Amino acid sequence: MSTYAPIAPRPAPAAASGWIGWCQSNLFHDWKTSLGTVLIGLVFLALAPKFFNWAIVDAVLNGGHEACQAAHGACWAVVKEKFRFMIFGRYPQEEHWRALVCTSMLLSLILASCTRAFWKPWLPALWVLVLVMYFALMRGGVAGLRYVETDLWSGLPLTILLASLSMVMAFPIAMLVALGRRSGMPAIRSLCTVYVELIRGVPLISVLFMASFMFPLLMPEGFNIDVLVRVLAGITLFTAAYMAEVIRGGLQAIPKGQIEAAATLGLSYWQTQRKIVLPQALAMVVPGLMNNFISTFKDTSLVAIVSLYELTGAMGMAMNSDANWRAFRVEGYLFIAFIYFVFCYSMSRYSQWIESQVNKSRQR
Amino acid sequence: MSKPPSHPPSKRWSWRSQAFRSLVYQVLAVAVIALLVLFLAHNTATNMRQRGIQSGFDFLLGTAGFDIGESLFTFDSGESYLQAYLVGVTNTLRVAVLGIVLTTILGTLIGVGRFSRNALVRGLCRMYVEAFRNIPILLQLLMWYLIFTEFLPAMAEAWEVGPFFLSKGGLNFPIPVWANGHVWAAWGLLLGVGAAVAWRKHAWSKFIATGVPHGMFWMPLGIFLACGIAGWLLGGAPTETNFPIRGEFSVENGGSLTPEFLALLIGLTMYTAAFVAEVVRSGIQAVPQGQAEAASALGLSQSHSMRLVQLPQALRVIIPPITNQYLNLTKNSSLAVAIGYPDVVSIANTAINQTGRAVECIALIMLVYLSTSLATSVLMNWYNARSEIKER
Amino acid sequence: MPSPIIAFEKVNKWYGNSFHVLRDIDLSIQTGERIVICGPSGSGKSTLIRCINRLEEHQQGVLRVDGAEIGDDIKVIDDVRKKVGMVFQQFNLFPHLTVLENLTLSPMWVGKLPKKEADARAMEQLQRVRIAEQAHKYPLQLSGGQQQRVAIARALCLTPKIMLFDEPTSALDPEMIKEVLDVMIELAGQGITMVCVTHEMGFAKAVADRVIFMDEGQIVEQNTPDAFFNNPQNERSRDFLSKILGH
Repeated sequence: MSTYAPIAPRPAPAAASGWIGWCQSNLFHDWKTSLGTVLIGLVFLALAPKFFNWAIVDAVLNGGHEACQAAHGACWAVVKEKFRFMIFGRYPQEEHWRALVCTSMLLSLILASCTRAFWKPWLPALWVLVLVMYFALMRGGVAGLRYVETDLWSGLPLTILLASLSMVMAFPIAMLVALGRRSGMPAIRSLCTVYVELIRGVPLISVLFMASFMFPLLMPEGFNIDVLVRVLAGITLFTAAYMAEVIRGGLQAIPKGQIEAAATLGLSYWQTQRKIVLPQALAMVVPGLMNNFISTFKDTSLVAIVSLYELTGAMGMAMNSDANWRAFRVEGYLFIAFIYFVFCYSMSRYSQWIESQVNKSRQR
Repeated sequence: MSKPPSHPPSKRWSWRSQAFRSLVYQVLAVAVIALLVLFLAHNTATNMRQRGIQSGFDFLLGTAGFDIGESLFTFDSGESYLQAYLVGVTNTLRVAVLGIVLTTILGTLIGVGRFSRNALVRGLCRMYVEAFRNIPILLQLLMWYLIFTEFLPAMAEAWEVGPFFLSKGGLNFPIPVWANGHVWAAWGLLLGVGAAVAWRKHAWSKFIATGVPHGMFWMPLGIFLACGIAGWLLGGAPTETNFPIRGEFSVENGGSLTPEFLALLIGLTMYTAAFVAEVVRSGIQAVPQGQAEAASALGLSQSHSMRLVQLPQALRVIIPPITNQYLNLTKNSSLAVAIGYPDVVSIANTAINQTGRAVECIALIMLVYLSTSLATSVLMNWYNARSEIKER
Repeated sequence: MPSPIIAFEKVNKWYGNSFHVLRDIDLSIQTGERIVICGPSGSGKSTLIRCINRLEEHQQGVLRVDGAEIGDDIKVIDDVRKKVGMVFQQFNLFPHLTVLENLTLSPMWVGKLPKKEADARAMEQLQRVRIAEQAHKYPLQLSGGQQQRVAIARALCLTPKIMLFDEPTSALDPEMIKEVLDVMIELAGQGITMVCVTHEMGFAKAVADRVIFMDEGQIVEQNTPDAFFNNPQNERSRDFLSKILGH
């Protein structure tokens, strides 16, 4: 019998470790993998230089449309030229600073609300304050500021306004509807189910049409509602249905035993929901709600069809209105796509980070 | 075993009774909603009277007065609105069904590709998903439409690949001339389905009895195709095909697909495929690794393990969310109005502008989409119930 | 004889239309009695005790707790729930609250106690179950046995007259069962009425005044522990005992 002597750990053999090992394992593991690597490599070598030339080497950054037409490369000058129109849309040129200030204010508030430090009881009051200031500053008509009608509000500020405001307003509606769908009372459960299934079964465009064409008819005589309010109401109703489903998923995940335990402790229905069920359910569905926000952010692009020109609509207007630059619409589209991508991708990474934080806190 | 009492014990009608309280809440809720609906209906009626807008669905029988860019069957401006709507519905279905098939194939390939051994393939699939998911569908559709209308050559100089022509006017392809023989072939295929099913039943019972699998897949497939070909032969073996030819200003003959249709199809397919890929990926990941390990410990081959153990379990997780994506694709096809493809929303939009009957037209749109969603939900619930893993 | 604190009179319950889960239950429990209910799974034991605090509704028969008849009346149910504490198999602690917050939740929000008093009462109960040092931890940071003891302390914060236990040790790893049973034995010695559904026969022998054996929704046999374990009268009791005492 050999005597035991502890063996100190040794580094692995070179071929299996480090980046050589990684390449061998991931790129040239067997003939199929190697073939794939070679093919993809060839395609890349064929296309990448061409794209690189178009996008960067031959690209035109400055100058007018004549310079762009003369060159072979991408015309990024169109972005420079039309930048303000694409971002701010029809908002009056001189007042752009107001849109900028308002949007930065709103964005900072949203970012702040995402951090733990701000989860205090005075947060809703802060939101109300910021929103009042936002509308006052954007609309003008007070403190000597020029009045700007709501249908001139456009571009990126409008996108951010529509997306965030509709989410904030939809949230309480969604919570009530989710609770209603889980209620023991059949009438309330049916009403909530009908609402959710009706909205989820139809495209957003039909809801926007409804908001745009039908809301004026639904109002009592002489009552005019602003197009912005109409569209906001439509998007809010639409978002609330999807959010209600996400929250309902969270509610369903709470073990029934929690509610029974609360009942044995004498807590009432609303006490149970407020102190036990909703805190846990909402914490669980934050990633789902972030997905909702990303979808809403993308869906705001549809309002161009009902004559409100947010980012996509503003770009369309900017590109189509000027005959000189019409040939370079691709660059305009790519620029806007890039902006959307940056926003949406960051939001999805943030939501993944939150999910990992929540999972961490669940472990011992 | 006795049955429960049909009359529950008598309840006191007081506020302290649980049943009474819940009844009161429900009656209140229904009353509030009913009052709201009445209020809105009254406003609508008043407003419509004031603006001289008629109401009612009778406009559907009136003449449409507009042409529709493309449809499966002939339509001219003299036909009724109802006909126009039907054209819209078929156009929507055309793009939806084709889109669903294509997106499933593409999405599955990309979803599976994320598990590839090759890091480049994994990376490319990941990039595809992130790129197409984070850009709004409307923007993608506009870009595809732009590509089709700007970067393709004019019809007179269409690109020619074999018998296919691609240009600003769309895609032109050879299409068989419909003859009797094709009807026979269709009947043959139908019979072939029956014959193939019967053969497979027979082969399966042989497998149960002897343990030797024989002709389980290729035979039924062969029978199915053979019946179709037999039908075609019996019908006179028609081979006449309508080939597109390059005319002076355009491509003539052959079947064609408009650039609007192509842009919508490709845009929807590639956008939804990113989501389908994620669904497929999560489905594959949902099957615990231990399942594959247990299967190989039992001596099952890789393909048997995939087919008998992993795929059935993965499908259970995949089917509900993928149905959701199919519905999303169908609903997103409503964006056709932005690129001029005449789907049902586009036609309803024209109808609203011409007749002013917003309520009716919007109701019709919603009806079309709701019936699709409802039908899909029912189907999905049936499948879910059938494939549930039975628990105690 | 003083009136029983819990009285079942011909109580029947059905699940749906066909499953008769409680059949003609007649049972009286006196104040201060310690009852253990045992039986095969599916026999209706949990359903029986869950009817006591209206977590389940019975369809026929009369169930009285501390003199009040349990039915549709919300006030009666609320009153009963303040007097009856329950400990669950799955503990059902609230994971997003600390141990202390779990205990003070009901006294503060239902009992309307000021925070100081609620905290004091909570610490007292935590000491009673010997887990006071974990007061500021979160439930998921504790072991199963510790969590169940917290659950017992949480129920005790209501100063209940009756304590119900629904298989309190069935979800615990074997090495943690003893700490929970010790707490329950100590509780039993302090005069509180206890109704306990459990498979722990050692606990029954040590503490119970009466053992009730249930099978298929009926009370088959009830007797003192000695009599029941050593001399079961009924064939089905004998069968059950041989299965659980066999190994």
